Amino acid sequence: MTSTLTPVRKRSALTKGQLPKTAPYIVLAVALILGAAILALIGFNAFGWGLVSAILFAAGLVGWSLVVEGSRKAKDKLATCLVVGSFLIALLPLVSVIWTVLVNGLPGLLDPGFLTTSMNGVTGAFDNKTVEQGAPLLGGIYHAIVGTLLITVLATLISVPVGLLTAIYLVEYGQDRALARAITFFVDVMTGIPSIVAGLFAAAAFFAVVGPGTKTGAVAAVALSVLMIPVVVRSSEEMLKIVPNELREAAYALGVRKWRTILKVVLPTAISGIASGITLAIARVIGETAPILVTAGFATTINTNVFSGWMASLPTFIYTQILNPTSPSNPDPSSERAWGAALVLIILVMLLNLGARLVASLFAPKTGR
Amino acid sequence: MTTTSLTKSRGAGHTGDKVFSAATLAAGCLILAVLFGVALFLVVQAIPALVAPADQIQGGEGFFTYIWPLVIGTLIAAVIALVIATPLAIGVALFISHFAPRNLASGLGYVVDLLAAIPSVVYGAWGVAFLAKEISPSYDWLAKNMGWLPIFQGPASATGKTILTAGIVLAVMVLPIITSLTREIFLQTPKLHEEAALALGATRWEMIRMTVLPFGRPGIISAVMLGLGRALGETMAVALVLSSGALTASLIQTGNQTIAAEIALNFPEASGLKVNTLIAAGLVLFVITLGVNVIARGIISRHKEFSGAN
Repeated sequence: MTSTLTPVRKRSALTKGQLPKTAPYIVLAVALILGAAILALIGFNAFGWGLVSAILFAAGLVGWSLVVEGSRKAKDKLATCLVVGSFLIALLPLVSVIWTVLVNGLPGLLDPGFLTTSMNGVTGAFDNKTVEQGAPLLGGIYHAIVGTLLITVLATLISVPVGLLTAIYLVEYGQDRALARAITFFVDVMTGIPSIVAGLFAAAAFFAVVGPGTKTGAVAAVALSVLMIPVVVRSSEEMLKIVPNELREAAYALGVRKWRTILKVVLPTAISGIASGITLAIARVIGETAPILVTAGFATTINTNVFSGWMASLPTFIYTQILNPTSPSNPDPSSERAWGAALVLIILVMLLNLGARLVASLFAPKTGR
Repeated sequence: MTTTSLTKSRGAGHTGDKVFSAATLAAGCLILAVLFGVALFLVVQAIPALVAPADQIQGGEGFFTYIWPLVIGTLIAAVIALVIATPLAIGVALFISHFAPRNLASGLGYVVDLLAAIPSVVYGAWGVAFLAKEISPSYDWLAKNMGWLPIFQGPASATGKTILTAGIVLAVMVLPIITSLTREIFLQTPKLHEEAALALGATRWEMIRMTVLPFGRPGIISAVMLGLGRALGETMAVALVLSSGALTASLIQTGNQTIAAEIALNFPEASGLKVNTLIAAGLVLFVITLGVNVIARGIISRHKEFSGAN
């Protein structure tokens, strides 16, 4: 009789064995060693090693889990491997782009006079001399920096008032009217306009109004505004929406007019978010190439007048130096200049992005808590 | 005295109110006018190319023969980009929303957003200087081993400047767009649904398949469509990376061209009817991307109360 009381160990799906906590590390070590061994047979390179090891790691961990833990846990492990793997793959181009720009861009940036001279008078003959006789690299990006700054500032001056006022209309006056809904919808549609179409629009408009072949910095600024306005509207609208209604009602209760309430109460409360949104919008358009390419042409000289004459900018400078080197027989000096300009452009964009975060935290309303 | 000053101040305030609300209304209408103007000016400048005799258009066989291969090339490049970017983006979004440690997640999201901050011309330069060179050996391998597929037909381009390379660069560029939208949607999955699934004994992956993915499906679709809109209109990556040519089925030979790159490469030196032809091409691109975006936004607004992509 007593024998029936002996506990019988039943295996159920819920209490199946588990992998030890160190399992991923063990599999990783084995995968790395095996991967190195396989790569040693077919010729070693770091990228291939990482790839083969990752595949071995995933296969090993999932296989082990399948044997010990069953198919559900194994599927979970597989999904985790794939998700983490996709994140690592997404990081590859970011690291690769920044590395490529740094390595190729530093020599160009460190050339004396690179930031303070233009390409005026720099011809293929000078570049040939640089390559063949080791003469110093001539030419720089001063004209492109000037052009980029002028065009971007003008585009900002156009976009910010229009975008901000529209956002105020949508939040404070629109009240879900048909017009407000139409504006919201078309602003969303506008964010999807291809940048080159925005450039063509500005070009076509100025060709029709001013005269065929009108290409100036102002045309480029209009093209950039078409791209920038929807971004400003969206971000400002979001920021105005989160201003608490109590603040508005308190102002109204004190007898303050609506427009003064908006100017003195609503805007100051939301200003940090609005400013950072505008900075991000500037960062987005400062790197746009296509619209400037079709609207401002490319100049090699310094032009500080946005209303007449072709104008250079950093993105178009990079584009033309790569595609049409100054000296077709010796493209190396041109590509050095292009990468130097690319480095400057990336630094500008990153500074703007950092600045947006800084602005957001510096001007954030004091909550007092 | 006090009454008059009160009346006066009311009058002044009233004017201020009127001026201010009129200004905001004008700004809103200006945006509508601009969008309308985009369409109008493109149409006006495109008409000469559409009505011109066939032999005066580049290629000599009329506008539609000219634009047709470009439309197909644009679609090929965009489809390659989406095929690569969509699964990756969903994976990255899931990683940030459900797999990464909570305190790291926002920082990792910022890293992915940095991908979107890099200017397109830098991607183009990277594609032609780094990616095309590194990837061309694998095109040789594809041509040798999978050449029986029409899309991998050899001989592979020696420079690697093919539509497949351009598509990969485009994939990198649309990845952050799809990621940030889908991430927002995944984060909005009701916590109770997730916890209910976990409480029933689901593994993390089963929880995601049962709650997060069904909840986010309309959001994923619209995010992919917004990515498609971006990929269709992206210019620089293709203009720099692709060495263009006639329409070919093989993805690893030189050839094919997209509308945006065709405009960027030819517009600066164009004159006369050529300008109108390129603007007409831009109009076609505008109509295609407009359609894609309207559909995507329509899906988002229909599911507005559920998704965070608005």
